[in-house]
Amino acid sequence: MKRVQFEHSTIPYLFIAPQIIIIAIFFLWPAAQAVHQSFLLEDAFGLSSQFVWFKNYFDTIGDASWRQAAWFTTVFSVLVTFLSLGIALLLAVKANEVIRGARTYRTTLMWAYAIAPPVAGLMGNLMFHPLIGDLYKFLNAIGWDFNHKLDSFDAGFVVVLIAVWKQVSVNFIFFLSGLQGISKAVNEAAMMDCKSPTRRFWTITFPLLAPTTFFLMVINITYAFFETFGIIDTTTGGAPGGSTNTLVYKVFQDGFRGADLGGSSAQSVVLMLIVLALTVIQFRFIERKVHY
Amino acid sequence: MSNINWRIILNHTILLIGVIFMSLPVWVAFSTSTHSAETILREGLQFWPGTNFIGTYREVLFEQGGVMKSVLGITMLKNSMILGIGFAIGKVIVSMLAAYAIVYFRFRLATPLFWIIFLTLLLPLEVRIIPSYEVVAGLGLLDTNFGLIVPLIASATGTFYFRQFFKSIPEELLEAARLDGATPWRFFVDILIPLSKTMIAAILIIMFVVGWNQYLWPLIMTTKEENYTLVIGIKQIYQILSEGGELPQYQKAFALTILATLPPVLVVLFFQNWFVKGLVESEK
Amino acid sequence: MATVKLKNIKKTYPNGAVAVRGVDMAIEDGEFVVFVGPSGCGKSTMLRMVAGLENITDGEIEIDDRVINKVSPADRDVAMVFQNYALYPHMTVRGNMAYGLKNRGLPKAEINQKVTDAAKMLRIHDYLDRQPNQLSGGQRQRVAMGRAIVRDPKVFLFDEPLSNLDAKLRVQMRIEIKRLQRRMGVTSIYVTHDQTEAMTLADRLAVINDGRIEQMGAPIELYNNPATLFVASFIGAPQINLIPVQFDGKNLNSGDLQFSGFKDLPENTDLILGIRPDVLEPNNDGQLEMQVDLVEQHGAENLVYGALNGASTTDGYNTEICFKTDQNTQPAIDSVLKLHFDQNHAMVFNKETGERLI
Ligand SMILES: Nc1ncnc2c1ncn2[C@@H]1O[C@H](COP(=O)(O)OP(=O)(O)O)[C@@H](O)[C@H]1O
Ligand SMILES: [Mg+2]
Repeated sequence: MKRVQFEHSTIPYLFIAPQIIIIAIFFLWPAAQAVHQSFLLEDAFGLSSQFVWFKNYFDTIGDASWRQAAWFTTVFSVLVTFLSLGIALLLAVKANEVIRGARTYRTTLMWAYAIAPPVAGLMGNLMFHPLIGDLYKFLNAIGWDFNHKLDSFDAGFVVVLIAVWKQVSVNFIFFLSGLQGISKAVNEAAMMDCKSPTRRFWTITFPLLAPTTFFLMVINITYAFFETFGIIDTTTGGAPGGSTNTLVYKVFQDGFRGADLGGSSAQSVVLMLIVLALTVIQFRFIERKVHY
Repeated sequence: MSNINWRIILNHTILLIGVIFMSLPVWVAFSTSTHSAETILREGLQFWPGTNFIGTYREVLFEQGGVMKSVLGITMLKNSMILGIGFAIGKVIVSMLAAYAIVYFRFRLATPLFWIIFLTLLLPLEVRIIPSYEVVAGLGLLDTNFGLIVPLIASATGTFYFRQFFKSIPEELLEAARLDGATPWRFFVDILIPLSKTMIAAILIIMFVVGWNQYLWPLIMTTKEENYTLVIGIKQIYQILSEGGELPQYQKAFALTILATLPPVLVVLFFQNWFVKGLVESEK
Repeated sequence: MATVKLKNIKKTYPNGAVAVRGVDMAIEDGEFVVFVGPSGCGKSTMLRMVAGLENITDGEIEIDDRVINKVSPADRDVAMVFQNYALYPHMTVRGNMAYGLKNRGLPKAEINQKVTDAAKMLRIHDYLDRQPNQLSGGQRQRVAMGRAIVRDPKVFLFDEPLSNLDAKLRVQMRIEIKRLQRRMGVTSIYVTHDQTEAMTLADRLAVINDGRIEQMGAPIELYNNPATLFVASFIGAPQINLIPVQFDGKNLNSGDLQFSGFKDLPENTDLILGIRPDVLEPNNDGQLEMQVDLVEQHGAENLVYGALNGASTTDGYNTEICFKTDQNTQPAIDSVLKLHFDQNHAMVFNKETGERLI
């Protein structure tokens, strides 16, 4: 906060009011409802409901399909985060190093940021289409008995590939600007102290990028958890057999398609808790290590 | 010095592979969209543009029943525009005002209100989608632009962008302005808004893209075809196209994907520098 | 034109940091007062309390005998020049200077007149339509001054306004600020950590240490007659020579050295003998012996540095000594010199309390 601030009894409230009102109606109220509903069990017609304490939570956690989704979400998030960060870092380092065409590379590598995840999903879906998709044909031609409609590993492969493709550009933008933010003097000092470019990268550049990397990890995990909804919905739809359900996708399916409000609310609350816990962990343990 | 040349060649090779990886799918989608349904079914995806560009895009954009039963592509384009622009403008106004209060005022509820706003960053719409839907439905806002846009503004990303930016403005500016007799409102209008011009532009661009690309919320919020945006429309179309008994119209599906992609991509490319600056500002 | 009174002013920041511990001072109409002290001693805090940018924890500030503790900064009729200038980057020079007047609702013609006058006085008339980022550091400095001048305030406040300028410009602007203040006769408070700036600008100087005034008075008075060890060592460049000594009832002793002719000093107490570099002169009958290790030529004068032979150590290191001489006196490195000082110009301090004893 600023050292010097205005002191005024009403004006700040007027300024902050629109945001707070919107949050109260469209965030706090629904979130409270989710918590409330998670303790209720509705009858089959949705006419009456009964307070059942933590039954919905136990059902959620005890449900094999929920645990499967939790497992898939974990693997999916880790893969998407590391692959997209790795590819983006490699490209950013190279784009920062080349002189000719640097700007063209930057442009052509970042523009995919603007593509919506579900649109990326649809494009991917068509690429993997059994009738016309070249990728589908190619994978089968090289001896992989590929069928993402039936095989859960293949389905996972498709969603991970599309999710990574969609996320590389954001990470690239941040890494590149992080690299450009490293002072020239530091680079020059490093050049005099260390001959090997690879070693220079790992001992000087990469540690200096640590705050960016940390920030991106938070962003990427959030992305893998939530924003990939559109990709999953437009490619596998959780199929085959719920094997590509993420937790978010399952909340949606159970709540809207299955109309199990109590169960879906309990899932929402558990998901909120997971996200909160992840955030706390990230801030407490990881951030402490990246300050230089 | 020959090893240096090798390094340069390697760098360019890696970058070119990256560019192909990122661009080829979109290029193929575009090329394929300009061929006829028969060609696509017979030959698969196309790597070079065909001759059907005008025909396909005209049909998709302007002809009744071209893609769905009633809604025209151009209507969905318009809906997407409304969502993108409405969201961007609403977000900038609401979040700039809130960030101003948070950064520049000392007031009693500042801390609890700040934490409430922070909380929205951690818990995106997706986890509370069903109760949110019920609230909006209860207020009778389904299928309205207001109900579509305003709940999306609840998440405080923009507020944090502006907060970050305001904090980077030298403190002495406010001090000088106070000695110059500026009231809170005057300081906001005379100094803060002009200083934030670039930032406002950057956030408008980012938020336009974010708004345009919304999927889950419009999907459950809109029940009538005529309110579909391109992003949610194409999924329905894709299903219709591939279910129908006649020849699947893949070129139309591809054309719609391209239409849904083009406006945000153009905005990002055109305002590249602002966009990158604004995006990167959010870090830290 | 105004008087400023600080009455037992205290400041504790919300985080618990105590920045000002009770300051009393009366500044007269048209007076140029400089607060000088090391970084973090609370100078800026005091200035900002006068400006109204910080709340006053305790005590009262009066401008023209009116208590202004609760008056908003804009209504105090003070103007401030900041270290980083704090120019509004999106406004032209003219816009910057006019902004405060506009907010006061002055008519356009009058604003224009005032801005033009001030700009002429500061010789920035040609840049009125430029933006700050098209100006050099010195020009920005002038604009910041101009913004203060047009307001015709009761009090000018300066917070290290020259620190961001290079050495040459700093001297030039220093002179200009002094001239301007003389001409306008506006009461001014000026904060700096640079003792040369403080000495040359001030009508009266307040040396601040750890949130308190160590001593206040005319610059030359503080130089000749410092009340404490802190003031003695802060004022004066090169710094005063400090020799650790003890008193045995007759003489001051430091290692093998003895200085006679002192009396009425406490025994068995660590004392400090202070001798200004310009009081020392080479003389074969001198009381001190120095081994020269460096001669700095400043042009008109030379500064000779070296170790003081025979003295006790200072914090475990050889006690150093320096004297000032003319350009023709240039002792060889490693030569040994006898130095003489007039006892009337020597000062003695209590090492523990810093109190001046002689
Ligand atoms: N906003 C603040 N909050 C807490 N402590 C502060 C604040 N501003 C200054 N201080 C502390 O008060 C003391 C005096 O600061 P200041 O008046 O800026 O010193 P000076 O200008 O003499 O260098 C310092 O120890 C500083 O750390
Ligand atoms: Mg200061």
